[in-house]
Amino acid sequence: MNDKNIQPSKSSPPSGVGGLIIINYGAGNIQSIKFAIQRLGYEAILSNDANEIQAADKVIFPGVGEAGSAMKKLKESGLDTLIPQLKQPVLGICLGMQLMCNFSEEGNTTGLGIFDVDVVKFTNKVKVPQIGWNQIANLKSDLFKGITENEHIYLVHSFYAPLCKGTIAASEYELKYSAALHRNNFYGTQFHPEKSSLVGEKILLNFLSIKP
Amino acid sequence: MLTKRIIPCLDIKNGRTVKGINFVDLRDAGDPVELAEIYARSGADELVFLDISATEERRKTLADLVYHVAEKVNIPFTVGGGISSVEDVDILLQNGADKVSINSSAVKNPQLINDLAAKFGSQCIVVAIDAKQIKGEWIVHLVGGKVPTAIKLFDWAKEVEERGAGEILFTSMDHDGTKNGFANKALSKLSTELNIPIIASGGAGSMQHFVAAFVEGKADAALAASVFHFKEIEIVDLKRELRKNGIPIRL
Repeated sequence: MNDKNIQPSKSSPPSGVGGLIIINYGAGNIQSIKFAIQRLGYEAILSNDANEIQAADKVIFPGVGEAGSAMKKLKESGLDTLIPQLKQPVLGICLGMQLMCNFSEEGNTTGLGIFDVDVVKFTNKVKVPQIGWNQIANLKSDLFKGITENEHIYLVHSFYAPLCKGTIAASEYELKYSAALHRNNFYGTQFHPEKSSLVGEKILLNFLSIKP
Repeated sequence: MLTKRIIPCLDIKNGRTVKGINFVDLRDAGDPVELAEIYARSGADELVFLDISATEERRKTLADLVYHVAEKVNIPFTVGGGISSVEDVDILLQNGADKVSINSSAVKNPQLINDLAAKFGSQCIVVAIDAKQIKGEWIVHLVGGKVPTAIKLFDWAKEVEERGAGEILFTSMDHDGTKNGFANKALSKLSTELNIPIIASGGAGSMQHFVAAFVEGKADAALAASVFHFKEIEIVDLKRELRKNGIPIRL
Protein backbone atom coordinates (compact mmCIF):
# COMPACT_ATOMS: atom_id res chain seq x y z
CA MET A 1 0.00 0.00 0.00
CA ASN A 2 1.32 3.43 -0.92
CA ASP A 3 1.33 6.34 1.44
CA LYS A 4 -1.05 8.23 -0.77
CA ASN A 5 -3.63 5.49 -0.36
CA ILE A 6 -3.70 5.90 3.36
CA GLN A 7 -6.51 8.10 4.45
CA PRO A 8 -6.34 9.13 8.07
CA SER A 9 -9.29 7.75 9.96
CA LYS A 10 -9.94 7.49 13.61
CA SER A 11 -10.46 3.74 13.38
CA SER A 12 -8.05 1.00 12.37
CA PRO A 13 -4.71 1.61 10.77
CA PRO A 14 -4.40 0.91 7.04
CA SER A 15 -4.55 -2.62 5.66
CA GLY A 16 -6.78 -5.06 7.43
CA VAL A 17 -9.33 -5.22 10.17
CA GLY A 18 -7.56 -6.48 13.25
CA GLY A 19 -6.16 -3.09 14.14
CA LEU A 20 -2.91 -2.03 15.64
CA ILE A 21 -1.92 -3.38 19.03
CA ILE A 22 0.75 -1.93 21.27
CA ILE A 23 1.87 -4.70 23.59
CA ASN A 24 1.31 -3.51 27.13
CA TYR A 25 3.42 -5.58 29.47
CA GLY A 26 4.25 -2.90 31.99
CA ALA A 27 7.52 -1.75 30.43
CA GLY A 28 7.81 2.01 30.43
CA ASN A 29 6.24 4.87 28.55
CA ILE A 30 3.88 3.43 25.96
CA GLN A 31 1.47 6.34 26.07
CA SER A 32 3.81 8.25 23.74
CA ILE A 33 3.56 5.58 21.04
CA LYS A 34 -0.22 5.56 21.29
CA PHE A 35 -0.27 9.35 20.97
CA ALA A 36 2.12 9.31 18.00
CA ILE A 37 -0.19 6.88 16.19
CA GLN A 38 -3.12 9.16 17.03
CA ARG A 39 -1.28 12.13 15.55
CA LEU A 40 -1.03 10.13 12.32
CA GLY A 41 -4.79 9.78 12.39
CA TYR A 42 -5.09 6.19 13.61
CA GLU A 43 -5.99 4.42 16.80
CA ALA A 44 -3.84 1.90 18.60
CA ILE A 45 -5.04 -0.48 21.29
CA LEU A 46 -2.93 -1.30 24.33
CA SER A 47 -3.16 -4.98 25.15
CA ASN A 48 -1.35 -7.92 26.71
CA ASP A 49 -4.03 -10.39 25.64
CA ALA A 50 -2.60 -13.20 23.51
CA ASN A 51 -5.75 -13.58 21.39
CA GLU A 52 -5.99 -9.86 20.68
CA ILE A 53 -2.32 -9.64 19.81
CA GLN A 54 -2.53 -12.64 17.49
CA ALA A 55 -5.57 -11.18 15.70
CA ALA A 56 -3.99 -7.75 15.16
CA ASP A 57 -2.84 -6.54 11.73
CA LYS A 58 0.19 -4.89 13.18
CA VAL A 59 1.92 -5.15 16.50
CA ILE A 60 4.20 -2.66 18.20
CA PHE A 61 6.45 -4.09 20.88
CA PRO A 62 7.73 -1.21 23.01
CA GLY A 63 10.07 -1.26 25.94
CA VAL A 64 11.93 1.10 28.20
CA GLY A 65 13.90 0.07 31.25
CA GLU A 66 16.06 -2.90 32.12
CA ALA A 67 16.25 -5.98 29.86
CA GLY A 68 16.17 -8.63 32.60
CA SER A 69 13.08 -7.34 34.35
CA ALA A 70 11.29 -6.63 31.06
CA MET A 71 11.98 -10.22 29.92
CA LYS A 72 10.66 -11.48 33.22
CA LYS A 73 7.41 -9.60 32.66
CA LEU A 74 7.12 -11.07 29.15
CA LYS A 75 7.56 -14.58 30.52
CA GLU A 76 4.98 -14.03 33.25
CA SER A 77 2.35 -13.31 30.60
CA GLY A 78 3.56 -15.97 28.13
CA LEU A 79 4.37 -13.27 25.59
CA ASP A 80 7.91 -14.61 25.20
CA THR A 81 6.60 -17.59 23.25
CA LEU A 82 3.83 -15.69 21.46
CA ILE A 83 5.87 -12.83 19.96
CA PRO A 84 8.35 -14.94 17.92
CA GLN A 85 5.39 -16.84 16.40
CA LEU A 86 3.55 -13.74 15.16
CA LYS A 87 3.01 -13.60 11.40
CA GLN A 88 1.88 -9.99 11.00
CA PRO A 89 4.32 -7.04 10.85
CA VAL A 90 5.84 -6.47 14.29
CA LEU A 91 7.86 -3.38 15.25
CA GLY A 92 10.06 -3.54 18.32
CA ILE A 93 11.12 -0.16 19.68
CA CYS A 94 14.24 0.50 21.79
CA LEU A 95 14.34 -2.20 24.49
CA GLY A 96 11.64 -4.00 22.50
CA MET A 97 14.10 -4.34 19.61
CA GLN A 98 16.87 -5.46 21.97
CA LEU A 99 14.66 -8.16 23.50
CA MET A 100 14.00 -9.50 19.99
CA CYS A 101 17.73 -10.30 19.68
CA ASN A 102 19.42 -13.53 20.82
CA PHE A 103 20.90 -12.21 24.02
CA SER A 104 21.58 -9.01 25.96
CA GLU A 105 24.55 -8.27 28.17
CA GLU A 106 22.13 -6.26 30.31
CA GLY A 107 21.25 -8.62 33.15
CA ASN A 108 22.67 -11.50 31.02
CA THR A 109 19.26 -11.83 29.47
CA THR A 110 18.28 -14.46 26.91
CA GLY A 111 16.19 -12.75 24.25
CA LEU A 112 13.47 -13.88 21.89
CA GLY A 113 15.97 -14.98 19.23
CA ILE A 114 14.25 -13.22 16.33
CA PHE A 115 17.28 -11.15 15.29
CA ASP A 116 20.46 -13.19 15.16
CA VAL A 117 22.70 -10.82 17.12
CA ASP A 118 23.78 -10.24 20.72
CA VAL A 119 23.19 -6.89 22.43
CA VAL A 120 26.25 -5.41 24.16
CA LYS A 121 27.11 -2.28 26.17
CA PHE A 122 28.92 0.82 24.94
CA THR A 123 32.33 1.17 26.58
CA ASN A 124 33.32 4.13 28.73
CA LYS A 125 35.13 5.71 25.76
CA VAL A 126 31.80 7.46 25.19
CA LYS A 127 29.20 8.84 27.57
CA VAL A 128 26.69 6.20 28.54
CA PRO A 129 23.73 6.34 28.01
CA GLN A 130 23.77 7.85 24.55
CA ILE A 131 21.02 10.45 24.82
CA GLY A 132 19.89 12.62 21.96
CA TRP A 133 19.62 12.93 18.22
CA ASN A 134 21.92 10.89 16.02
CA GLN A 135 21.80 10.06 12.31
CA ILE A 136 20.71 6.96 10.45
CA ALA A 137 22.46 5.78 7.28
CA ASN A 138 22.72 2.81 4.89
CA LEU A 139 18.95 2.66 4.92
CA LYS A 140 17.28 -0.47 3.59
CA SER A 141 13.70 -1.80 3.63
CA ASP A 142 10.29 -0.17 3.21
CA LEU A 143 10.46 1.08 6.77
CA PHE A 144 12.64 3.92 5.47
CA LYS A 145 10.76 4.68 2.28
CA GLY A 146 11.01 8.40 1.60
CA ILE A 147 13.58 8.91 4.38
CA THR A 148 16.85 10.42 3.20
CA GLU A 149 20.23 9.21 4.41
CA ASN A 150 21.63 10.86 7.54
CA GLU A 151 18.31 12.07 8.89
CA HIS A 152 18.24 12.60 12.64
CA ILE A 153 16.37 10.35 15.04
CA TYR A 154 16.12 10.34 18.85
CA LEU A 155 17.81 7.64 20.92
CA VAL A 156 18.31 6.88 24.60
CA HIS A 157 20.30 3.72 25.26
CA SER A 158 23.33 2.19 26.92
CA PHE A 159 23.31 -1.12 25.04
CA TYR A 160 23.32 -1.69 21.28
CA ALA A 161 23.06 -4.39 18.64
CA PRO A 162 26.25 -4.55 16.54
CA LEU A 163 26.01 -4.44 12.74
CA CYS A 164 24.74 -7.78 11.42
CA LYS A 165 22.95 -9.38 8.51
CA GLY A 166 19.63 -7.98 9.70
CA THR A 167 20.82 -4.36 9.91
CA ILE A 168 18.60 -2.04 7.86
CA ALA A 169 19.92 1.24 9.29
CA ALA A 170 23.23 2.09 10.91
CA SER A 171 24.11 4.78 13.39
CA GLU A 172 27.47 5.74 14.84
CA TYR A 173 28.41 6.21 18.50
CA GLU A 174 31.81 4.86 19.50
CA LEU A 175 31.37 2.59 16.49
CA LYS A 176 28.84 1.81 13.78
CA TYR A 177 25.94 -0.24 15.14
CA SER A 178 22.40 -1.27 14.21
CA ALA A 179 19.88 1.57 14.46
CA ALA A 180 17.27 -0.75 12.97
CA LEU A 181 16.90 -4.48 12.28
CA HIS A 182 14.67 -6.55 10.02
CA ARG A 183 13.91 -10.20 9.53
CA ASN A 184 10.84 -11.50 7.71
CA ASN A 185 7.83 -9.80 9.32
CA PHE A 186 9.85 -8.45 12.24
CA TYR A 187 11.27 -4.93 12.43
CA GLY A 188 13.10 -3.22 15.23
CA THR A 189 14.35 0.31 15.82
CA GLN A 190 16.84 1.26 18.49
CA PHE A 191 15.62 4.84 18.17
CA HIS A 192 12.22 6.15 19.25
CA PRO A 193 10.20 6.96 16.11
CA GLU A 194 7.44 8.32 18.36
CA LYS A 195 9.86 10.94 19.66
CA SER A 196 11.78 11.60 16.45
CA SER A 197 9.72 14.51 15.14
CA LEU A 198 8.51 14.37 11.53
CA VAL A 199 11.12 11.79 10.48
CA GLY A 200 9.89 9.40 13.16
CA GLU A 201 6.26 9.95 12.19
CA LYS A 202 7.10 9.09 8.59
CA ILE A 203 8.82 5.87 9.72
CA LEU A 204 5.80 4.92 11.84
CA LEU A 205 3.53 5.61 8.89
CA ASN A 206 5.77 3.40 6.72
CA PHE A 207 5.41 0.62 9.27
CA LEU A 208 1.62 1.02 9.29
CA SER A 209 1.69 0.76 5.50
CA ILE A 210 3.62 -2.52 5.31
CA LYS A 211 1.43 -5.26 3.91
CA PRO A 212 0.70 -8.07 6.37
CA MET B 1 27.03 11.65 14.81
CA LEU B 2 25.34 12.44 18.10
CA THR B 3 24.32 16.09 18.03
CA LYS B 4 24.31 18.70 20.79
CA ARG B 5 20.84 19.42 22.11
CA ILE B 6 19.03 22.74 22.54
CA ILE B 7 16.43 22.56 25.29
CA PRO B 8 13.92 25.29 26.08
CA CYS B 9 12.81 25.13 29.69
CA LEU B 10 9.23 25.97 30.59
CA ASP B 11 8.62 26.89 34.21
CA ILE B 12 5.10 25.84 35.16
CA LYS B 13 2.90 27.21 37.89
CA ASN B 14 -0.67 25.92 38.26
CA GLY B 15 -0.61 24.66 34.70
CA ARG B 16 0.70 27.90 33.14
CA THR B 17 4.15 28.85 31.87
CA VAL B 18 6.20 31.33 33.86
CA LYS B 19 9.84 32.34 33.90
CA GLY B 20 11.65 33.63 36.89
CA ILE B 21 14.50 36.06 36.58
CA ASN B 22 16.91 34.76 39.20
CA PHE B 23 13.96 32.66 40.40
CA VAL B 24 12.01 35.73 41.57
CA ASP B 25 9.68 38.12 39.65
CA LEU B 26 7.61 35.66 37.67
CA ARG B 27 6.26 36.66 34.27
CA ASP B 28 3.52 34.79 32.40
CA ALA B 29 4.64 33.47 29.04
CA GLY B 30 1.63 31.48 27.96
CA ASP B 31 0.02 28.10 27.56
CA PRO B 32 2.55 25.28 28.04
CA VAL B 33 1.07 22.84 25.54
CA GLU B 34 0.87 25.43 22.80
CA LEU B 35 4.33 26.71 23.58
CA ALA B 36 5.68 23.14 23.55
CA GLU B 37 4.20 22.51 20.12
CA ILE B 38 5.71 25.71 18.79
CA TYR B 39 9.12 24.76 20.18
CA ALA B 40 8.92 21.25 18.72
CA ARG B 41 8.15 22.72 15.31
CA SER B 42 10.85 25.35 15.54
CA GLY B 43 13.67 22.83 16.06
CA ALA B 44 13.98 22.34 19.81
CA ASP B 45 15.60 18.97 20.47
CA GLU B 46 13.91 18.37 23.78
CA LEU B 47 11.81 20.23 26.35
CA VAL B 48 11.98 20.54 30.10
CA PHE B 49 8.94 21.41 32.22
CA LEU B 50 9.76 22.57 35.69
CA ASP B 51 6.77 22.72 38.00
CA ILE B 52 7.00 25.33 40.72
CA SER B 53 3.41 25.17 42.01
CA ALA B 54 2.87 24.57 45.67
CA THR B 55 -0.83 23.78 45.77
CA GLU B 56 -2.58 20.67 47.04
CA GLU B 57 -3.72 19.76 43.52
CA ARG B 58 -0.27 20.16 42.01
CA ARG B 59 0.26 16.46 41.40
CA LYS B 60 -2.90 16.04 39.40
CA THR B 61 -2.45 19.32 37.53
CA LEU B 62 1.07 18.28 36.53
CA ALA B 63 0.01 14.77 35.47
CA ASP B 64 -2.76 16.32 33.31
CA LEU B 65 -0.29 18.72 31.75
CA VAL B 66 2.14 15.89 30.98
CA TYR B 67 -0.66 13.94 29.34
CA HIS B 68 -1.62 16.86 27.10
CA VAL B 69 1.96 17.61 26.16
CA ALA B 70 2.62 13.96 25.29
CA GLU B 71 -0.50 13.96 23.14
CA LYS B 72 0.69 16.87 21.02
CA VAL B 73 4.47 16.90 21.04
CA ASN B 74 6.69 14.67 18.89
CA ILE B 75 9.98 15.30 20.68
CA PRO B 76 11.10 14.06 24.09
CA PHE B 77 10.42 15.98 27.27
CA THR B 78 11.49 15.94 30.89
CA VAL B 79 9.37 16.90 33.88
CA GLY B 80 10.72 18.18 37.17
CA GLY B 81 9.68 19.99 40.30
CA GLY B 82 8.56 18.55 43.60
CA ILE B 83 9.14 14.92 42.60
CA SER B 84 10.06 12.97 45.71
CA SER B 85 8.95 9.35 45.36
CA VAL B 86 8.85 6.33 43.08
CA GLU B 87 5.09 6.80 42.92
CA ASP B 88 5.43 10.43 41.72
CA VAL B 89 7.68 9.27 38.89
CA ASP B 90 5.44 6.36 37.97
CA ILE B 91 2.45 8.70 37.49
CA LEU B 92 4.42 11.11 35.30
CA LEU B 93 5.93 8.38 33.10
CA GLN B 94 2.56 6.68 32.74
CA ASN B 95 1.07 9.94 31.55
CA GLY B 96 3.70 10.21 28.83
CA ALA B 97 6.77 11.96 30.25
CA ASP B 98 10.01 10.62 28.78
CA LYS B 99 12.23 11.60 31.67
CA VAL B 100 11.88 13.05 35.13
CA SER B 101 14.20 15.41 36.91
CA ILE B 102 14.77 15.30 40.65
CA ASN B 103 16.67 17.86 42.68
CA SER B 104 16.17 18.57 46.40
CA SER B 105 14.56 15.20 47.04
CA ALA B 106 17.73 13.49 45.79
CA VAL B 107 19.90 15.55 48.14
CA LYS B 108 17.64 14.75 51.08
CA ASN B 109 17.33 11.08 50.14
CA PRO B 110 20.10 9.98 47.74
CA GLN B 111 18.78 6.40 47.77
CA LEU B 112 15.85 7.73 45.71
CA ILE B 113 18.20 7.88 42.69
CA ASN B 114 19.05 4.19 43.07
CA ASP B 115 15.40 3.26 43.52
CA LEU B 116 14.26 5.21 40.47
CA ALA B 117 17.10 3.92 38.28
CA ALA B 118 16.34 0.34 39.31
CA LYS B 119 12.63 0.64 38.66
CA PHE B 120 12.53 2.82 35.55
CA GLY B 121 16.07 2.68 34.15
CA SER B 122 18.81 5.31 34.31
CA GLN B 123 17.84 6.67 30.90
CA CYS B 124 14.80 8.48 32.32
CA ILE B 125 16.36 9.82 35.52
CA VAL B 126 17.82 13.31 35.33
CA VAL B 127 19.35 14.73 38.49
CA ALA B 128 19.20 18.52 38.55
CA ILE B 129 21.88 20.25 40.59
CA ASP B 130 21.75 23.94 41.51
CA ALA B 131 25.07 25.27 42.71
CA LYS B 132 26.86 28.51 43.37
CA GLN B 133 30.39 29.44 44.32
CA ILE B 134 31.08 30.19 47.95
CA LYS B 135 34.67 31.25 48.63
CA GLY B 136 35.78 29.76 45.35
CA GLU B 137 34.10 26.41 45.96
CA TRP B 138 31.03 25.19 44.06
CA ILE B 139 28.37 24.35 46.65
CA VAL B 140 25.05 22.58 46.04
CA HIS B 141 21.97 24.66 46.91
CA LEU B 142 18.38 23.69 47.54
CA VAL B 143 14.93 25.27 47.15
CA GLY B 144 15.60 26.96 43.82
CA GLY B 145 19.05 28.01 44.90
CA LYS B 146 18.06 29.71 48.16
CA VAL B 147 19.39 27.24 50.73
CA PRO B 148 23.08 26.25 50.75
CA THR B 149 24.08 22.73 51.74
CA ALA B 150 27.45 21.43 52.90
CA ILE B 151 27.78 19.37 49.71
CA LYS B 152 30.37 20.13 47.04
CA LEU B 153 29.15 20.12 43.46
CA PHE B 154 31.72 17.72 42.00
CA ASP B 155 31.41 15.19 44.84
CA TRP B 156 27.64 15.21 44.53
CA ALA B 157 27.76 14.93 40.74
CA LYS B 158 29.95 11.83 40.97
CA GLU B 159 27.72 10.32 43.59
CA VAL B 160 24.55 10.78 41.53
CA GLU B 161 26.28 9.17 38.54
CA GLU B 162 27.29 6.19 40.68
CA ARG B 163 23.77 5.90 42.05
CA GLY B 164 22.37 5.59 38.54
CA ALA B 165 21.43 9.03 37.21
CA GLY B 166 21.26 9.01 33.42
CA GLU B 167 21.98 12.71 33.04
CA ILE B 168 22.86 15.79 35.06
CA LEU B 169 21.19 19.15 34.63
CA PHE B 170 23.63 21.62 36.13
CA THR B 171 22.38 25.14 36.89
CA SER B 172 24.85 27.75 38.02
CA MET B 173 23.01 30.05 40.38
CA ASP B 174 25.80 32.58 39.86
CA HIS B 175 24.96 32.75 36.17
CA ASP B 176 21.21 32.09 36.11
CA GLY B 177 19.28 35.16 34.97
CA THR B 178 22.42 37.18 34.27
CA LYS B 179 22.53 36.55 30.51
CA ASN B 180 26.31 36.66 30.78
CA GLY B 181 26.98 33.13 29.61
CA PHE B 182 27.12 29.65 31.11
CA ALA B 183 29.48 28.42 33.87
CA ASN B 184 31.85 26.91 31.33
CA LYS B 185 34.74 25.99 33.62
CA ALA B 186 32.52 24.03 36.00
CA LEU B 187 30.67 22.48 33.08
CA SER B 188 33.88 21.35 31.46
CA LYS B 189 35.05 19.77 34.69
CA LEU B 190 31.74 17.93 35.11
CA SER B 191 31.77 16.76 31.52
CA THR B 192 35.35 15.52 31.75
CA GLU B 193 35.12 13.83 35.14
CA LEU B 194 31.76 12.18 34.57
CA ASN B 195 30.67 9.69 31.95
CA ILE B 196 27.01 10.71 31.64
CA PRO B 197 25.60 13.60 29.59
CA ILE B 198 25.68 17.08 31.15
CA ILE B 199 23.01 19.67 30.42
CA ALA B 200 24.18 23.26 30.87
CA SER B 201 21.76 25.70 32.45
CA GLY B 202 21.86 29.28 33.66
CA GLY B 203 23.27 32.33 31.94
CA ALA B 204 22.21 32.10 28.28
CA GLY B 205 22.07 35.57 26.78
CA SER B 206 23.52 35.28 23.28
CA MET B 207 24.16 32.67 20.63
CA GLN B 208 27.86 32.89 21.37
CA HIS B 209 27.12 31.74 24.92
CA PHE B 210 25.75 28.48 23.56
CA VAL B 211 28.81 28.04 21.34
CA ALA B 212 31.01 28.50 24.40
CA ALA B 213 28.94 26.06 26.51
CA PHE B 214 29.54 23.36 23.91
CA VAL B 215 33.16 24.20 22.99
CA GLU B 216 34.63 25.39 26.31
CA GLY B 217 32.05 23.84 28.61
CA LYS B 218 31.97 20.54 26.68
CA ALA B 219 28.26 20.32 27.51
CA ASP B 220 26.10 17.73 25.79
CA ALA B 221 23.03 19.94 25.83
CA ALA B 222 22.17 23.51 26.73
CA LEU B 223 19.00 24.68 28.39
CA ALA B 224 17.53 28.16 28.45
CA ALA B 225 14.20 29.81 29.07
CA SER B 226 13.68 33.53 28.69
CA VAL B 227 15.91 34.05 25.64
CA PHE B 228 13.63 31.61 23.85
CA HIS B 229 10.33 32.61 25.45
CA PHE B 230 10.81 36.27 24.66
CA LYS B 231 12.22 35.52 21.20
CA GLU B 232 15.54 37.15 21.89
CA ILE B 233 17.06 34.08 20.21
CA GLU B 234 15.25 32.01 17.58
CA ILE B 235 16.17 28.34 17.84
CA VAL B 236 16.68 27.92 14.11
CA ASP B 237 19.06 30.90 13.99
CA LEU B 238 20.91 29.55 17.01
CA LYS B 239 21.29 26.15 15.39
CA ARG B 240 22.61 27.65 12.16
CA GLU B 241 25.14 29.62 14.18
CA LEU B 242 26.20 26.52 16.11
CA ARG B 243 26.65 24.58 12.91
CA LYS B 244 28.71 27.42 11.45
CA ASN B 245 30.96 26.99 14.47
CA GLY B 246 31.46 23.32 13.67
CA ILE B 247 29.17 22.01 16.41
CA PRO B 248 27.15 18.92 15.43
CA ILE B 249 23.51 19.93 15.46
CA ARG B 250 20.18 18.69 14.12
CA LEU B 251 18.78 21.18 11.61
